[in-house]
Amino acid sequence: MSQSLLEENVASHETPGSKFFPTFLPTAALEAEADQRLAQFPENQKRSAVLPILHFIQHHHGFISAEAIEWVAGRLDIAPIKVLEVVTFYPGFRQSAPGKFHVRVCRTLSCAMGGSHELMDKLCELTGIDRSHSDSHHHPVTVSPCGKWSVEFAECLASCGTAPVCLVNDDFHEGVAPAGAADLLAKYPD
Amino acid sequence: MITYKAGKQPDSREYRLIFKNVDREGWDPSIDCYLRDGGYEDLKKAIGMEPKAITEEVKKSGLRGRGGAGFPTGLKWTFIPPNNTKPVYLICNADESEPGTFKDRYILHQDPHQLIEGMVISCFAVNAKVAYIYIREEFPEAAIILEKAIQEARDKNFVGNNVLGSGFNVDIFVHRGAAAYICGEETGLIESLEGKRAYPRIKPPYFPAALGLYMCPTIVNNVESLCHVKHIVRMSGEEYAKLGVKNNTGTRILCVSGDVKKPGYFEVEVGKITMRELLYDMCGGPKDGCEFKAVIPGGSSSKILRCEEKFNLKNPDGSARELSFWDIPMDFDSLAACGSMAGSGGVIVLDNTRKISWVLNNINTFYAHESCGQCTPCREGSMWMKKISDRLVAGEASPKDIDTLESVAYQIDGRTICAFGEASSWPVEAIIAKFREELLADTNPDNDVEPQNPEAEAQRRYLQPA
Repeated sequence: MSQSLLEENVASHETPGSKFFPTFLPTAALEAEADQRLAQFPENQKRSAVLPILHFIQHHHGFISAEAIEWVAGRLDIAPIKVLEVVTFYPGFRQSAPGKFHVRVCRTLSCAMGGSHELMDKLCELTGIDRSHSDSHHHPVTVSPCGKWSVEFAECLASCGTAPVCLVNDDFHEGVAPAGAADLLAKYPD
Repeated sequence: MITYKAGKQPDSREYRLIFKNVDREGWDPSIDCYLRDGGYEDLKKAIGMEPKAITEEVKKSGLRGRGGAGFPTGLKWTFIPPNNTKPVYLICNADESEPGTFKDRYILHQDPHQLIEGMVISCFAVNAKVAYIYIREEFPEAAIILEKAIQEARDKNFVGNNVLGSGFNVDIFVHRGAAAYICGEETGLIESLEGKRAYPRIKPPYFPAALGLYMCPTIVNNVESLCHVKHIVRMSGEEYAKLGVKNNTGTRILCVSGDVKKPGYFEVEVGKITMRELLYDMCGGPKDGCEFKAVIPGGSSSKILRCEEKFNLKNPDGSARELSFWDIPMDFDSLAACGSMAGSGGVIVLDNTRKISWVLNNINTFYAHESCGQCTPCREGSMWMKKISDRLVAGEASPKDIDTLESVAYQIDGRTICAFGEASSWPVEAIIAKFREELLADTNPDNDVEPQNPEAEAQRRYLQPA
């Protein structure tokens, strides 16, 4: 492990999903993405590129690690805390690996009326996930023991007319009745 | 995967302007398809006009922002200081996240060029050289569609340097949020775009049109509002203003969800459809064997209305008239007069099978999760409102809790930097005002003496004899 100043403050723990994601390393693709995003903002406003760069990192590495935070801070000439405060503020960023397939089920009113909570229960039952220790703020993501799946309740996914809805990684699924949970999971073989 | 319902016929009472191409037979989001349908002709017309004249047309059209607040769009544009020398930015607010609202989703996924055309025209009108589309993170597919569409438009010189030989330069970038509701608030959005936590700024002095992105004049408009600009240029402000009713012009997209037979989106002339027509004629009425109970008419932060309510309104001449819930026209002013708001157009319908305490708890959970935490009344209040309603649904609340809940709500409202304070407390205030009896029925006076949490349990030892 590298000697990171942030290590103590950043709560990245191993999860069963960790094995599916490569450890953070700055790649040429990341450098290129950073360059492209930085070009979208005035030269003295590099900090604006923090969200898109973090998205790229999370997409490839599953979560934002302490090393990633330090790298982004260095790239944008800002203090690491300025990156960390963004990571901890936005529910869209994670500090530990999710499962290979991360399912976000809409929790909010119209979907809840349409059965999204029953859908979540069914998904947990099928994937062996125990959500009893999760809470919406500090531990929103729960990973299955095999690491293939993780679930999270998302707030309104803006498709209330086709409730209940969910996202599996970047794929959107609408009108997923609790009885359809198994079919949904079957769309994602190993 | 968005399920395209290609060829799905709009309801006959609809007036499709913005949603003309949504679910249209043979339609796809490519620029070729858009151009075959006469796309970017309105941009050509606009760049032949004086920028000020476009703003004038938008003012004349009476267009009111479709994001939630209903502020006149043209007027917003004129707030850019006249002697401004800084760069001007335009931001499209595509952070659609008000529970109950799902209109921008379809524009972004199915008709991206309509938005881009509307944005380029708006940029030309306010002299913005750079525009950002701030899109919520949960629309990953739409972000890709938009990036592609912008590239297509750039290749055809509708975006980029010297747009169609006019000498006007404009660039549009897509910027993805990160799942925070508060980024829908325009100053929170700006902070987020600057790469910070999305803590809203206080107004005054930080009105974006004067001190926005990087402290430069910035116009933030909703996706639907920017699309309307294109149609205003085509039709002229005066013609556009003939749609809808006085002060509430144009069309708007109503999103109906919850307990109706046919939920969905309906683009109608503002104020030309009543609640009855919307819920019975267009949405097919209540589900079999159920009755309508209440409606949240403009996104989850608008105040709930009971279906049997009657409202006493004033006519323009000062005389009084009674309006029943079912006869409310769906426009900004009528819903405001009935004590609620048209908001973002998200209509959530509840029937008699829904327990109001459960609905309240679901809404409170949302706001407790989404409070940005900057202002104490909202951060603490939204959390405590959730804790109390958690107790209520668990059957652990006492009647006193309802009064506590109400008092917490009224201590948030009006005491915060941004409108989130109202957004989180209005639903609670309205639900208690209109359903107090039903909430009280879920309480038990015996709970009053029971400790409610581990802290209270620990404290209780001080209250008992040693």
